[in-house]
Amino acid sequence: MPADIPVASTGTPSGVPARRGIPGSVATIALLLPSYAWLLLAVFLPLCTMFVFSFMNATPMGKTPIVFTLKHYQAFYTQPYLVKIAWDSLLMGFWATLSCAILGFFAALALARATTGRVRETLLILILLPFWTNGLVRVFSWTMVLREGGFLDMLLHSVLPDAGSIGFLYTRPAIVLGLVHGYLPYMILTCYIALVTIDDSILEAAESLGARWWTILGKILVPLALPGLTTGAVLTFVPVIGAFMEPRILGGRVGVTMGTVIEDQFTQAFNWPLGAALSFTMLAVVLAIFATFSGVLRRNSGAAA
Amino acid sequence: MIALGKFYLLAILVFLYLPIIVMMAMGFNDSSLYELPFHFTTKWYVALADNSQLISSGINSVVIALITAVVATVAGTMAAVALGRRVIRGKSLLQLLLLPPIAIPWLITGTAMLVFFFWTGIGRGMHALILGHVALAIPYVVLVVGTGLQTIRADLEEAAMSLGSTPVHAFFSVTLPLLAPSILGAALFAFAVSLDQFVISYFLSTPGFTTLPVQIYSAIRKGFTPEINAISTILLLGSMAVIVVFAVFARPGGNRDKR
Repeated sequence: MPADIPVASTGTPSGVPARRGIPGSVATIALLLPSYAWLLLAVFLPLCTMFVFSFMNATPMGKTPIVFTLKHYQAFYTQPYLVKIAWDSLLMGFWATLSCAILGFFAALALARATTGRVRETLLILILLPFWTNGLVRVFSWTMVLREGGFLDMLLHSVLPDAGSIGFLYTRPAIVLGLVHGYLPYMILTCYIALVTIDDSILEAAESLGARWWTILGKILVPLALPGLTTGAVLTFVPVIGAFMEPRILGGRVGVTMGTVIEDQFTQAFNWPLGAALSFTMLAVVLAIFATFSGVLRRNSGAAA
Repeated sequence: MIALGKFYLLAILVFLYLPIIVMMAMGFNDSSLYELPFHFTTKWYVALADNSQLISSGINSVVIALITAVVATVAGTMAAVALGRRVIRGKSLLQLLLLPPIAIPWLITGTAMLVFFFWTGIGRGMHALILGHVALAIPYVVLVVGTGLQTIRADLEEAAMSLGSTPVHAFFSVTLPLLAPSILGAALFAFAVSLDQFVISYFLSTPGFTTLPVQIYSAIRKGFTPEINAISTILLLGSMAVIVVFAVFARPGGNRDKR
C-alpha cells in the first residue's frame, strides 16, 4: 500500500527511499512497461485507429481515395431503421438489467441473511461458477430448453400431454432470458458485497421500533445496497448493449441488435467506417447513461450519509 | 423468512444450472435430433475423436490460454508490484487505464483490434489472438495480485533490508513467496479468461486458425448437433475445474492475513 512507503519519499514525486539501491524511477518504469506497452499496442492504439476510421468515407482497402467525412455519424438520420434497432437494443439492455437487479438483489439478501459460514461460502462459489464458464456454451444450453420439443415442452407435456408448444426460442424474451442467465451472478456478487456489511443491530433496532419488513427493505436494505446495485447494473448493461452472439443464437431472425449490426459491418458488409462510427456512438450512449447514473448515485449516497 | 430465503436461493441455483445440465444430458442421448425418450450413448463423444477441426481448434485454445497465462501473469505481477509498492506520479491514471479492457464491450475492443491489426499489417491468426488475449488478461492479473499484495505488510521487506538484504533479494525471498498463492490464482484466472474468450477470438481468428469457442459458434450457426453438446460439456467441465482450483488457491471471498 502506498501509505506504507516511508515518509522520506514525500516531496520527490518519483522518489523511492534511497536505501533501496536501484534508481527508483528506472526500476518503476521497467516494472510498468511490459503491461502498459502491451495495453497500448493491443487496446489503446486500436481504439484510436478505429476512431480515425470512423471519419473515413470508405474502408481503406481498395484504390478509392480516402476522404474524411462525418457521414457515418449521421447514419441515424439517413438510415432511420437504425433508430429502431438502437431503441430495441436499449430496451433489451433495460429489461435484462432490471431483471438481473430484482432477481440478484433478493438472492444476495437471502445469501447474506439466511445463510452462514460454510453453506454461504459454498453457495457463493456455486452461484459464481457458471459466470466463469463459457458464455457461448451457456447460451447454447438455453436452445436445448427453449426450442420446440425442448426441455420446457417436455415438462409441459408430462403434465398436459395434448398441449401445444410453449418453447419461445427465436423471440426477444429468449434473448433477455439468456442475457439474464449470463449476468445474474455478477449482480448477486456486487449486491452481496454491499449487503453483507450491514450490521445486524441496525435491522434489529428497526424491528424493535416497529418497522414492518417493507419499511426495512425500502428504508435500510435497498439504500445501503444501492452502490452494489449500481455497480451490478453498470457491469450488466455495458456488455448486454454490445451483445451479438446471444441475439444471434437465441433470437434468430428477430435478433437484430446494435451488436449484430456492428458485427455485420466488420464481417459481412466490410463497411468498417460505418461499423466504427456505430461503435463509438454506442460507447457515447453508454457513457452518457453512466454519467447520469453516477450523478444519481452520488446524490443518494450523500443524502444517506 | 429464513426458509423462504433458502428456497429462493435453491430456485436461483436451478435457474443457473438447469439449462447446462439439460445441455450436458442431451450430449448423451442417442437421437441426433434430440428426440426423447432418452437412450444413453457415448457415440457423440466417439465422433468427436474423428473431428479433426474441433480437435485442432481445441489444442489451439489450450496453447493460447497457456501462453496468455504465463505472459499476462509475469507482466501483470510486475505492474501490480510497481503500483502497490512504489510512489508513482499519476498512479490513479495508471490504475484507471486498466479499466477499458474490462469495461468496454468486447465487440468494440475486438473490432478495433481487427481494424488496427489489419491496418498495421500485424494481421490475424495465432499471434494476433495472443496479443488480444494477453491484453484482456493483464488488468485482471494486476487486480488479483494487487489485492493479494495489500495483505502483505511492506515492512517485512524493509526489515529484511535493514538486516542487510538487497531490495531485489528481499523481494524474491520475502514478498514473492507470500504472494505466490495470489500469483498462481491470477495465472489460473488469466488461463480461464483466455480459454473462454469468444468475441475477441471471433474477430482475430482466420479460417485456418480458430479457437474452440469460435469453432463451436460456427457449428451452432450451421445447426444444432449433439456433437456440439459433447464438446461444450468438455469445455465447460474444463473451465469449471480451472476455476475451482483458482477458488482454492486465491480464495477470492476469504481474507487471510499474511504475516
